[in-house]
Amino acid sequence: MSLPGEHIVKSYDEELNRLTGEIQRMGNLALVELEAAITAVIERDSDAAERIIASDKAIDELENEISQDVIRLLALRQPIARDLREVLAALRISSDIERIGDYAANVAKRALALNRVDQVRPVISMPRLGKIASEIISEVLLAYRDRDADRALLAWARDEELDALYTGIFRELLTYMMEDPRNITACTHLLFMAKNIERIGDHATNIAENIYFIVHGTQIAQERRKGDKTTSMVAKAAVTASQERRD
Amino acid sequence: MSDLTFAMSAPTVSSARRETEVGKQPKMSARSLDFFYDRFQAIKDVNLDIAERRVTALIGPSGCGKSTLLRIFNRIYSIYPNQRAEGEVLLDGENILDPKYSLNRLRSKVGMVFQKPVPFPMSIYENIAYAIRHYEKLGKAEMDARVEEALRQGALWDEVKDKLRQSALGLSGGQQQRLCIARAVALKPQVLLLDEPTSALDPIATSKIEQLIAELADEFTIAIVTHNMQQAARCSDFTAFMYLGEMIEFGETEKLFTQPAKKQTEDYITGRFG
Repeated sequence: MSLPGEHIVKSYDEELNRLTGEIQRMGNLALVELEAAITAVIERDSDAAERIIASDKAIDELENEISQDVIRLLALRQPIARDLREVLAALRISSDIERIGDYAANVAKRALALNRVDQVRPVISMPRLGKIASEIISEVLLAYRDRDADRALLAWARDEELDALYTGIFRELLTYMMEDPRNITACTHLLFMAKNIERIGDHATNIAENIYFIVHGTQIAQERRKGDKTTSMVAKAAVTASQERRD
Repeated sequence: MSDLTFAMSAPTVSSARRETEVGKQPKMSARSLDFFYDRFQAIKDVNLDIAERRVTALIGPSGCGKSTLLRIFNRIYSIYPNQRAEGEVLLDGENILDPKYSLNRLRSKVGMVFQKPVPFPMSIYENIAYAIRHYEKLGKAEMDARVEEALRQGALWDEVKDKLRQSALGLSGGQQQRLCIARAVALKPQVLLLDEPTSALDPIATSKIEQLIAELADEFTIAIVTHNMQQAARCSDFTAFMYLGEMIEFGETEKLFTQPAKKQTEDYITGRFG
């Protein structure tokens, strides 16, 4: 844990605390939104999905507030060193959380669309994908609260799990679509959903990187391993399809 | 090259300076320097290199010894009894603390400007000429040229060229301070010591002095003591943080103000001291 001491000017600390408090509030809202969206998908609950879409507005409003606070802090306090990193990271993290909220809302929108078509075979991995994404966000938010770079680094590394699972879902849905073209509509929605959740993981890793930056003043040195192999699979599928056409 | 790529590739004044080889050589060095006001030790075993034709800022809370250090660099203290320095201060390799190093010679090489502008109660022209006359005998034309050169270097010429015979005391505070800088550079020193040169000036006058410091650094080695952290960050290449007579941290300004190595430094520059 690495929290700095207090400033001589108390109001400076109050402003910084306010800023970080807003980030945590925003992060928790996004986390709740994502968890609710996944539940709405599993339970085919359109009402819940509608509520989630509407609630995303609160996150957007918090992001605006954070931008205002950052501008005020930069103009009036001229933060340097660690303080500057705190302020800069708050701005970046808020925009990542805002995107996470958007993706969660997108999942809810897809849930609405999905409820209007027949259910395909349950995609077992989807709730698991959502669960891992939620866990990563939750870890990252705790790491932010404690300015714990090591914890952030652990969460950061978990994105690989998410990518690998997403690749699995991609393959699974592709199989369903090939089996029966009537599955295509539902599977396309599910595919986008999975993609949204996978992107949420990428934003969570950005947040982890910013926490590391706040504490150490440098970027994470190691290269993150990527588990998303879907791009090469598309290529393979296309090659197979064109070969089949020739045959 | 388009305007945009040009703008993006154009180096800033200070980064351009940083890329040249000049600043790698120390012009002035303190070696195991101690200083005593009677029995009180104000400087404790300080080692510091002042890079040639670079701006080095000394920061730290009141009483940390930064002004004392500056005063040692041109031996101002030597006029007071019971004040003594131990160790070495090398200027181009020669120890200026050695009594054999003449004060007159030292002062011609190391100029100093103080917190409050102190123009002599004479004309603007005479303020500069008086200092030069102390060291050199020049004809009128030569003297006129030197005065103009100094006032131009002090970024004051355009404002005073039509009133050179008027009293320097009629100038504004900012102009007076630039006159003092002009007077110091008129002697063609190698090192310029600035002791809180803008603390009595308004923001506009402060900006003018800071711009002047950036220009003068092409020619002179500059050491500046300042209480204004942003000023140190803005106009120096290197910064030394002192506390209770000790050198806590010294390094490139950019590094010291973004990622200080010592917690004490970080606490001080971010306003957490105390």
